Amino acid sequence: MDRIELVFGSLDMLILRTLRWGATHGHGIAKSIERMSEDTLKVEHGSLYPALQRLQQEAWITAEWGVSKNNQRAKYYRLTALGRRQLVSETSRWERFVRAVTCVLRPAESEESQ
Amino acid sequence: MSWRRHLAKLVALFRRPKTVDELQEEILVHLQMEEQENLESGMSPAEARYAALRRFGNVALAQDRSREMWGWNGAETLWQDIRFGLRQLKRSPGFTAVAVLTLALGIGANTAIFQLLDAVRLRSLPVSNPSELTVVRLADLPGRRGSQETVYPALNNPLWEYIRDRQSVFSEVLAWSPTNLGITEGDHERLVQGLWVSGDFFKVLGVQPVIGRLFSSADDQPGCGASGVVVSYAFWQSQLAGDPHAIGRTLTIGRHPVPIVGVTHAGFTGPEIGHSFDVAVPICSQSAYWRDGNWLNSSTDWWLTVMGRLKTGDSLSMANAGLKSLSSAAFEASLRQDYPTENIRDYLHFELVADSAPGGVSWLRDTYENPLWMLLGLAAVVLLIACANLANLMLARGSARVQELALRLSLGASQRRLIWQLLWESFPLILLGGASGLLLAGALGNALVALLSRQGDSLFVNLHPDWRVLGFTALLAALTTLLFGLVPAFRATSLAPSEAMNAGSPRIGGMHESNGLRRMLVVTQVALSLVLVTGAVLFAQSLANLRTVDTGFREDSIVIAWLDLSQLRLPVARRLIARKETLDLVRYVPGVEAASEVGIVPLSGGSIDNRVWAEGEDRQSGSDSNFNWIGEGYFKTLGTPFLAGRDFSEQDSPNSPKVAIVNEEFARRLGKGVNPVGWRIRREATPHEPETVFEIVGMVKNSKYRDLREKFAPIVYLCVSQDQNPNPIEQVVIQSLLPLPILTSRIKQAVVGKRLDIDVEFRVFKTQIQESLLPERLMAVLSGFFGILAVLLTAVGLYGVISFLVARRTHEIGIRMALGAGKRQVLSSVLRETLMLTVLGIGTGLPITFIVARLIASMLFGIKPSDPVALLFAAFALCGVSLAAAYIPARRAAKVDPMVALRYE
Repeated sequence: MDRIELVFGSLDMLILRTLRWGATHGHGIAKSIERMSEDTLKVEHGSLYPALQRLQQEAWITAEWGVSKNNQRAKYYRLTALGRRQLVSETSRWERFVRAVTCVLRPAESEESQ
Repeated sequence: MSWRRHLAKLVALFRRPKTVDELQEEILVHLQMEEQENLESGMSPAEARYAALRRFGNVALAQDRSREMWGWNGAETLWQDIRFGLRQLKRSPGFTAVAVLTLALGIGANTAIFQLLDAVRLRSLPVSNPSELTVVRLADLPGRRGSQETVYPALNNPLWEYIRDRQSVFSEVLAWSPTNLGITEGDHERLVQGLWVSGDFFKVLGVQPVIGRLFSSADDQPGCGASGVVVSYAFWQSQLAGDPHAIGRTLTIGRHPVPIVGVTHAGFTGPEIGHSFDVAVPICSQSAYWRDGNWLNSSTDWWLTVMGRLKTGDSLSMANAGLKSLSSAAFEASLRQDYPTENIRDYLHFELVADSAPGGVSWLRDTYENPLWMLLGLAAVVLLIACANLANLMLARGSARVQELALRLSLGASQRRLIWQLLWESFPLILLGGASGLLLAGALGNALVALLSRQGDSLFVNLHPDWRVLGFTALLAALTTLLFGLVPAFRATSLAPSEAMNAGSPRIGGMHESNGLRRMLVVTQVALSLVLVTGAVLFAQSLANLRTVDTGFREDSIVIAWLDLSQLRLPVARRLIARKETLDLVRYVPGVEAASEVGIVPLSGGSIDNRVWAEGEDRQSGSDSNFNWIGEGYFKTLGTPFLAGRDFSEQDSPNSPKVAIVNEEFARRLGKGVNPVGWRIRREATPHEPETVFEIVGMVKNSKYRDLREKFAPIVYLCVSQDQNPNPIEQVVIQSLLPLPILTSRIKQAVVGKRLDIDVEFRVFKTQIQESLLPERLMAVLSGFFGILAVLLTAVGLYGVISFLVARRTHEIGIRMALGAGKRQVLSSVLRETLMLTVLGIGTGLPITFIVARLIASMLFGIKPSDPVALLFAAFALCGVSLAAAYIPARRAAKVDPMVALRYE
């Protein structure tokens, strides 16, 4: 259960991060997450959509219909100013979290690094 | 969850269909893009498609999850339930109509009565800090002499002035008195509702002017004359057309031109609940408007209602302690020469007390509060009966859905979820019912106020629903839903699924329990109906008793005329002659059979009583008796027979020996044998006359004096032509068979045609008597209405249950008939069952009826609360209605064709 929560939490951040380079559609977000993580993170594409709804409700992203490269109608998501701020705080929270977990898992190394 | 998400969901609630479609399209596009990419990377079309789908995962789940993001916990399903309920209502308009009508009647009746109670009892006066207000009155009345000029606790003017100038008990004090003032426009004079007010009246109550200014203490100084008038907002709007320049315009009040100085704000309708006011004039101007009788320097005219405002932090008992220490000096200072000598000692020992009066004073409230609470109780019972009916209807519907619900239960739906669903489904129904009830209550409320109005006395009750009324209605609606919705919901969802799934066949006993419940509901309805019907019969019989009670006089074809001669400005000595002349004008009008003067019209509520004793005996041996002033021919006009002696005549003049006519009861009390004619009686001194001896010249049959409920009381009639202080206002009883409009126009022509300065007003005697029965009529009419409603609702309930039972038993009836049972036997077996239910209900209702009847005993007249005839009537009526309601389904049962019934299934 903990793992799922973790995945959900980080998915929001990953989406926001992806949108930092510009507006794109759901498929584009999925692809770029896969690309950026060098295909280590396998995102089940379907799980993107509930997250996108949630982010819209928080007004971190907005959506509007546009036309894709292949002349297809698609919904494009864009980061809002609020979302940018959220991304910054999420990222720093994530980094602290990772540091803390690392400390627990490998105490020696973290002491060394100090 | 952040507030932003809540807001977003709320907005989305109103655009759901679009959101859903968009999501679908978006996912489709996503899949196409992935497919396209896969194709480009060299997969076969089929492979590309499957890979895309694999990548995406469960499409339906993604859609569901995404959509769920937009819902609250249950909020969406709640909306679904409500919409489902609405669809169901639309599908069965007959059921909807019956249910909404039942609810509207039940809730409407309750709300209407509560609304009236709220207006007269629960609300405070619309003034600043009403909770600080108190009314000051005399602690005890024995020995109080003079005339009480208002229905409210009142003090005389010298007493008020002393309190105003010397008191330190209250932070502020005020005084007022209601009055009728005549306003002349052109040739036409009409009476408006006036108020005498103390200078500080408006200031103390915190009333602000809309335009102009309100009175101050400078306006209320001795000798002020007819100096200025403040008018109410309503009067300003209706009579002055809201003229913004009304200040300075004059009104002709009692023939004086009086300048308007200000208009009060719209929220202020006067210090009395039940009446509004048109104009207010300072107390000091009383003697100017009323040429007859100066009340300003009299200690026997009790007319001013005095109110005090408690000092901040003071309690009522502290104020009362202060008043007690003030009393002795106040009464000493306010004693005037007109107070009868023998009661001066009493006067000096009077004490003042204050009562809390946040709601001002209200005759309407004093008269109707108890009846209204009682009616609210009866209305609540009607609502209960209505609930039982609705519960029955819902049960019937529930049983139609038993299979659906059982299926859902067996598939894992929780009972709680299903009960909530059933409850929410009834939500649109209750909303519709409640709203119609509120509308109906508005109309009923106005009808009630109209029912309580009397001739020449328009009631003013602010029925504008406030938060209390709306809250009451909402609470009723919620309770009703729980009552009629919860039981069937529990019932429908508590069956074991296996049992319920089989319940489709009419032979299976799955519904057995539910039938028991429905029977119980009907029995309850009958029991409650018995209470209401018995109550209605008791109230109706009381009213009938009062209407037919022997009054001792004729009521039909009697008109009372009010002839105001005060504008003639006659000296006291000339008044009697002028009155006689006017009376003769009336007597000669064609169609007038008889006419006579009267001081106090019987049953009008007015009264004079004084101590009387036989001449030559001690004052202590006497007793109190009622008095009346009458002219020659009074008893002939009213048809009261003489038992002995003679009527008054022309010979009885101010200079001849004083004479009196007494009634039987007086003669009996006097104890001087059968015939008192010739005896001399002595009456105590009054504010206007010293102790006087009268010779009894006649005796008449008993008649009612103050009200219809009283036992015959002793009455002494004195002769108007021997009155030492004749009033310039003449009251005449007229007997005539002419239609009222013709009679009044003829009299007006005869009197006003001759003397322009005489104002005439008419009242119908019988109407006035019936108006004295308004509280009784209110109870009779409304309890009758509730009784009929209860019986109808019960009949509908019974019809439903018996129909249902007959339908269930079709098979059984078929077998019986095949085995030789006749139609009559079937018919009577159904009717027997109905009768059994009804009798069971009556048996249950009896003890409740006895308790309720004892509660209303004080409001009954001439009938015992446990009157067996009333009970029998109610019981038989209920049995009759039950049988009638069951007859249709019983006939249906008797018509069952055994062949069809057996083949069915």
